[in-house]
Amino acid sequence: MEKMPRWADIILIPLISLLLAAFLSALVILAIGESPLNALDLMIKGALMRSAGWGYTLYYATNFIFTGLAVAVAFHARLFNIGGEGQAMLGGLGVALVCLYIPWPHWSLALVGASVGGAVFGALWAFLPGWLQARRGSHIVITTIMFNFMAAALLNYVLVNLLRPKGSMDPATAKFPEATHLPTFHDMFSTTETVLFRGSPANVTFFVALLACVAVWLLIWRTRLGYEIRSFGQSETAARYAGIAPGRIIVVAMLISGALAGMMSVNTSMGEAERLVLNSVEGAGFIGIAVALMGRNHPFGIVLAALLFGFLYQGGAELAFWTSIPRELIIVIQALVILFTGALDNMVRIPLERLFVALRREGS
Amino acid sequence: MDFLTLIQVLDSGVRLATPLIFACFAGLYSERAGVVDIGLEGKMLMAAFLSAAVAFMTGSVLIGLLAGVAGSLMLALLHGVASITFRGNQLIAGVAINFLAAGITVLMAQAWFQQGGRTPALVGDARFEPITLPLAETLQDIPFLGPIYHELISGHSLLVYIAFAIVPLSWWVLFRTRFGLRLRAVGENPAAVDTAGISVIRLRYSAVLICGILCGLGGVYMATALQAGFVKDMTAGRGFIALAALIFAKWRPWQAMATCLLFGLLQSVALRYQSIELGGITIPVQLMEALPYILTIIILAGLIGRAVPPLASGEPYTKEN
Repeated sequence: MEKMPRWADIILIPLISLLLAAFLSALVILAIGESPLNALDLMIKGALMRSAGWGYTLYYATNFIFTGLAVAVAFHARLFNIGGEGQAMLGGLGVALVCLYIPWPHWSLALVGASVGGAVFGALWAFLPGWLQARRGSHIVITTIMFNFMAAALLNYVLVNLLRPKGSMDPATAKFPEATHLPTFHDMFSTTETVLFRGSPANVTFFVALLACVAVWLLIWRTRLGYEIRSFGQSETAARYAGIAPGRIIVVAMLISGALAGMMSVNTSMGEAERLVLNSVEGAGFIGIAVALMGRNHPFGIVLAALLFGFLYQGGAELAFWTSIPRELIIVIQALVILFTGALDNMVRIPLERLFVALRREGS
Repeated sequence: MDFLTLIQVLDSGVRLATPLIFACFAGLYSERAGVVDIGLEGKMLMAAFLSAAVAFMTGSVLIGLLAGVAGSLMLALLHGVASITFRGNQLIAGVAINFLAAGITVLMAQAWFQQGGRTPALVGDARFEPITLPLAETLQDIPFLGPIYHELISGHSLLVYIAFAIVPLSWWVLFRTRFGLRLRAVGENPAAVDTAGISVIRLRYSAVLICGILCGLGGVYMATALQAGFVKDMTAGRGFIALAALIFAKWRPWQAMATCLLFGLLQSVALRYQSIELGGITIPVQLMEALPYILTIIILAGLIGRAVPPLASGEPYTKEN
C-alpha cells in the first residue's frame, strides 16, 4: 500500500517545499533591511498587475518551459542533464544560422526553420554526453558540465571570429532579416483602442512552448518510446530484461532533451534580441532544473513552475529597480527551491509519510 | 619566448594552480568517501566573499581566513545533511549550493558595502603578502637556477605553500593511515565498512567537512592573496576545473597535483596571450580556455586509459535493518 495519497505527493510536497523556500527568502530580505511584504507587493505589481509586466513574465516563462521540459525528459530516463545551458547556447547558434543564411519569405516558415535549427544544434551538443554515458559509463552530470563550458568557449569564438559583422565591437551576429521577426504579444493582442503588452518581449514562441508541452506529454505517456524511457528510468535491470536497449534509450533521451533546450533560443534570439548575443541564455538552462523538480517532471506542472519563475524573474527585476535588493535574490530563491524540492525532498517527505500513516491508523 | 618570460608564465601558472589544488583535493576527500560534490565552486565563492568581507572589516587576514573557512564549512555541512542524513540526491544538492553561494554572496556584499556586489579593495594586513624564502635575493644572480628559485619557488603567499604541502599530506592520510583506508573503503563498499562496526555516517561527514575546509582555503586564497577583495562570481568556474582535474587524475593525489599545475598553466598562458602561433596554426584563446574540459572529455571517452570513480560514489548509504 502507498504510504500517502497521490495528491499529497503531487501537490502537498512541492507546496511545502515552496513555502519553506519562500520563508527563508523572506528572512534574507529582512536581513538586508527591506520588508518582505513590501517586496512581494512590488513584485506582484510589476509582474502581474499590468499587461507589460505579464509580457515579461510570459517571455521568461517561455524560456523556462523549454529548459524545464528538457531537464524533465532526461529525468524520466534517470539522467540528470545539467547541460541545458550549453545546449541552449548552441541552439542559439542553430537559430542564428537558419535566420541569417536562409532567405525566408514569411516569419511563420522562418519560425519552423529556426525551431528545427535550434533543436538540431541543441541535440547535437547533447549527443556526445549521452553517447559517453551509454558507451563508457561516463557520468552525464560531469560531461554536461564540461560541455557547458566548452559551449561558452565555442560560441565566444564563433561570434568574435566568424559571425561578428565587420566594424562591430560587440560579440554578436548581425541583425536577423526583417522577414524573420516574430510577432510579439503587442502585435497580436493590441487593438487601436487598447494597447496591450507594450514594449514587452513575449512573442509567438510562447505558443510553440505550449505545443512542446503537449508533444512531451504525448511522447512520455502515449508512445512506445516514452514507455521505454520511463521503464528505463524506473529500473534499468527490468528494462534490460524487457528487451529495451539501455544505450539507445540514453542517447535518444539526451537528444530529445538537448533539442528542447536548444529550442529555447528561438524565444531569446529570434523573438527578443533579433540577433544572437553572447549571453543570451542567462542561466535559463539551470532554472530548468528547478522548474522540472517543482513541476514533478510533468508538462502541466512545468508550465505552472515556469510561470512562477517567470514571475520571480520579472518581479526580481522590479525589485532591483525600486529597492536596494539586487537581482541575485532570484538566484537565492532558485537555489532554495532546488534544495528543498530536490536534495532535501526526504526531509519533507518522511515526516509527511509518517503523518499519513498515523492518520490512516487512527481512521481504521 | 625568452627564459624570463617562461619563468613568469610558469610562476603565474603556480598561482593559478593553487585554488585548483585546494578545490581538487577537497573533492578528492569527498569523492573517495563516496560523496560526489559538484558544489566545490559554491563553497569557494562563499569563502572568498566572507574572507574578503571580514578581512576588510577587521583588518586582519587571519580572522578573514577563519570566517571564510567557516562559511565554506556551513555549506559543506548543508551538503552533508542533504546527502548523508536525508539521503538526497548529491548532485542536486551540489547544484543548489552553487546557486545559493552565487546569490547570497552578492546580496550580502551589496547589503554590507553598497559597491555593486563587491567588497572594498584589501590593503596591508588584510591580505596575504608574498613570502621571500631564505637566500632568494642572494641567489638570484646564479644563472638558470637563481631565477627559478627567486621567481618561481620563492615569493608566493603562505597559502600557496600550504596547498603544495597538502599534496603529500593527503597522500599519506589517504594511503598510509587507518582513517584513510576506512575513508577509501566507505567510498567503494560502505556495507563492508558498516559490517566491520565502523560508522559510515561519521566517516562520510568527516570527509565532507575536510572538503569544506579545503574549499574554504581555496576561496580565501582567491580573495585575499591572488586578488585583493571579492568581486561577483570571482571563482569563475574554478570549482568545475578542479572537478575536471580530479577526474583527469583518476582520483589520485600526485596525479591530481600535476593536473592542477597543467590546468593552471593553461590558464596562465590564456591570460597572457590572446592567441598562440604554433607551427603556422593559430590557436585561439577560447581553445586554451576550453582545453581542461576537452582533455577531461578525452579521458572520459577512454581514449587514454579509463577514469573509473570510486564504486559507491553518489550512492546514499541505507543501513539494512
